Amino acid sequence: MLSRRPERGSTAVALAFAVFLVLMTVVTVYIFWAKIWWFPPAITDLGHEIDAQYARTFLITGIVFVAAQFGLALAIFKFRDHGQRASYFEGNNTMEIIWTLATVVLFVGLGLYARNAWAEVHFIGAAPGALQIEVTGQQFVWNFRYAGPDGKFGREKPELVSASTGNPVGLDPTDPSSKDDIVSPVIVVPANREVELIIRSQDVTHSFYVRELRLKQDAVPGMEIHMHFNATVPGDYEVACAELCGLGHYRMHSMLTVMNEPDFEKWEKDQEAANQ
Amino acid sequence: MVTHENGGGHAHQHQPPSGFIRKYIFSIDHKVIGIQYLLLALFSVFLGMALSLLMRLHLGWPTANFSIFKGGQMTPEQYLALMTMHGTIMVFMVLTTAPQSGFGNYFLPIQIGAADMAFPVLNMLSFWTTFVSLCVMICAFLVSGGAPIGGWTSYPPLSALGEIVGPGQGGGETLWIVGLAIFCGASLMGALNFITTLIDLRAKGMTLGRLPLTCWTWFVTAILGLLAFGVLLAACILLLLDRLAGTSFFIPGGLVVTDQVITWHKGGSPLLWQHLFWFFGHPEVYIAILPGMGVASHLLSTFARKPVFGYRAMVGAVCGIGFLGFCVWGHHMFVSGMSPYSAFAFSILTMTIGVPSAIKTFNWLGTLWGGKIQFNCAMLFALGFVSLFVSGGLSGLFLAQPALDLYLHDGYFVVAHFHLIMGVAAIFGMFAGLYFWFPKMFGRFMNEGIGKLHFWLTFIGVYAIFMPMHFLGLAGNPRRYSEMTAGPFLIALQPVHKFISVMAFITIGAQLIFLYNFIASVFWGKEAKEENPWHATTLEWSIPSPPPFDNFGGIEPVVYHGPYEFSVPGTVDDFIPQHLAPELVKKA
Repeated sequence: MLSRRPERGSTAVALAFAVFLVLMTVVTVYIFWAKIWWFPPAITDLGHEIDAQYARTFLITGIVFVAAQFGLALAIFKFRDHGQRASYFEGNNTMEIIWTLATVVLFVGLGLYARNAWAEVHFIGAAPGALQIEVTGQQFVWNFRYAGPDGKFGREKPELVSASTGNPVGLDPTDPSSKDDIVSPVIVVPANREVELIIRSQDVTHSFYVRELRLKQDAVPGMEIHMHFNATVPGDYEVACAELCGLGHYRMHSMLTVMNEPDFEKWEKDQEAANQ
Repeated sequence: MVTHENGGGHAHQHQPPSGFIRKYIFSIDHKVIGIQYLLLALFSVFLGMALSLLMRLHLGWPTANFSIFKGGQMTPEQYLALMTMHGTIMVFMVLTTAPQSGFGNYFLPIQIGAADMAFPVLNMLSFWTTFVSLCVMICAFLVSGGAPIGGWTSYPPLSALGEIVGPGQGGGETLWIVGLAIFCGASLMGALNFITTLIDLRAKGMTLGRLPLTCWTWFVTAILGLLAFGVLLAACILLLLDRLAGTSFFIPGGLVVTDQVITWHKGGSPLLWQHLFWFFGHPEVYIAILPGMGVASHLLSTFARKPVFGYRAMVGAVCGIGFLGFCVWGHHMFVSGMSPYSAFAFSILTMTIGVPSAIKTFNWLGTLWGGKIQFNCAMLFALGFVSLFVSGGLSGLFLAQPALDLYLHDGYFVVAHFHLIMGVAAIFGMFAGLYFWFPKMFGRFMNEGIGKLHFWLTFIGVYAIFMPMHFLGLAGNPRRYSEMTAGPFLIALQPVHKFISVMAFITIGAQLIFLYNFIASVFWGKEAKEENPWHATTLEWSIPSPPPFDNFGGIEPVVYHGPYEFSVPGTVDDFIPQHLAPELVKKA
């Protein structure tokens, strides 16, 4: 380091560095490519659209990742100190402009391309006739309320909330339209029908998250946030809480069951019967 | 204020203090204060790592019994308390202090040719205020209920309602907020000092175009700090009022916590906190990483023996990142219930910030290209910084798209992203700076052999820890879970957690090698006899190691050259120090 002679061992260090970068890059890309740990299959059209945007983003970031790490490895190995004098140049404006424009087009273009999927989630409301389900987060359970046969959600009052006596959302029994409301600890929806969630929280911020829907939405106290989806594949899917809500955050867990329409109707009837 | 005259006039009065306390404890010397900040960060980083060690132990083996935990197992609230304090200590006491207040304090005045910071007493005050803030935060562990469990982001209402929503949310959370507010004050004082120093105290000839890139990044970071910490301070005060004075800035009405109706709060908005917090929090990311970029640029040029490729573009990119850093906070809130239209705008702005980041990466490669690269420990860490910056930065392109963030938000993909770029890359910048400047600060070298061992274990280790976290995120693993036992898909990911834990133990163990090297080298390291052992160009290498109290011995240096004149054609040496008069440059 003190002399102008090549530094001892610089070839070995340069080679080791370059080999590590190449190996790290190859292993990382392979694990992504082989999808060893991956998304569960999507169950909505929107989910597939989001997956397609993922694929585009993986492609672009993957190319940049490999190019940058390999480029770094190459520069490190090729220009290690072997007694040469460094060449002198302070930059190149043409190249600066080219890569600035290239990244603007690539990155901003990618962002604009992602607009459609986002618009479907949030710019557009639920289709008319959607099944409305009210989702309530509280430490550390989810409750799902259906309007019942009258199609109307009954009144709720905070002072009536009592999980221990079986009224976790505080339904007001004096309101006739609350009598037939169904409150369930799991969410059951019919396949191929639009579902509109009304997401809220009683206490702190939670987040409704179903991987197969590719959706996540915070449940914010004081707000009612709408979200909609149309699941096409019957099955059971885990519902998790994705926003830190206290010591039981990790076990705030429920299930989403997607059923064919007749099964769903039967489930709804059974719930109503249990309600009487 | 200390006045600087360009030659003649009254030489300013800088007398070295006598007595241990004025010299080393309540010192107004920017170099001592810089080292104090570095030692505070060193203590904090080992504390923060110790906390993560316990967390990884629990995450790797959630059902095993360990005698260090009462009852054999860590409780969820203990886990969350460790997590909250790990994040807080690392972000504020390590990533904010060491690169900026530590190295910046020590080297900004010297690199611009000043005898001290503009406000030396204020400088001392900002360090000791930071120290008080650290003590207050650590006290959170000691109060009943323990440290807060709300994470370093401390979202209300979880952080606002007190003990009723969880242990640690009582006295622990209050201490946390008070500690943070004090820290904001300290950072504001530091930021003012840095900005004034750089604007007012540059030596003759040190034009903005001749500033080393380290100084540019410290300057822009200070501006970010000045604009961001004031907002966090306001947010902390409002949150304290909600907790202690019964106000409702962040708490809406009608809340029910474990069947108990909260009647005394109405009308607040939890999202208000998130906006204020992230208006600070996103620039904070750049506060942590910009100085690392400066150090990396500086070292790549020095040890490739080549000028920085595209100096002006680099300065532009630093300023661009600084400016855009204030326009993108909403990308932390895509799932928060914020307007989806603003989310889209934030998304495009965030994708834009990738552009100056890419410019920097290209220019780093351009700096290496055609060089004569020397592989000492400082350079290895600088090269590692570039690799980590790329790896950590690219995942940001996923998170910046709201449609993709819907899936990844608050999951391990995010944990991987910010640890790589804001944590590990920034720390590599610090290591690079430390190995590089150590001989100047302590008059001795760090041991290169031990340093290389430290580098390799750390470099391989951090990739082995944080790369797999991306895959956990893709599989849907939410973050801030104290165990992965609630559902089948999480249980299936347990082997990955185990692997990460083992890698974390090894990597943290390797930091003990560093600690040994640091301490041993301070006392017994090889002496740095030359002023300029690296054949570097900037002003700190024109004065003795360690520098005297007033840096330049009462003589203000004059600057004749740009900061990175390496391998200039037609000269004998492959570097031209900034202070070397043109007639003294040896021509071939």
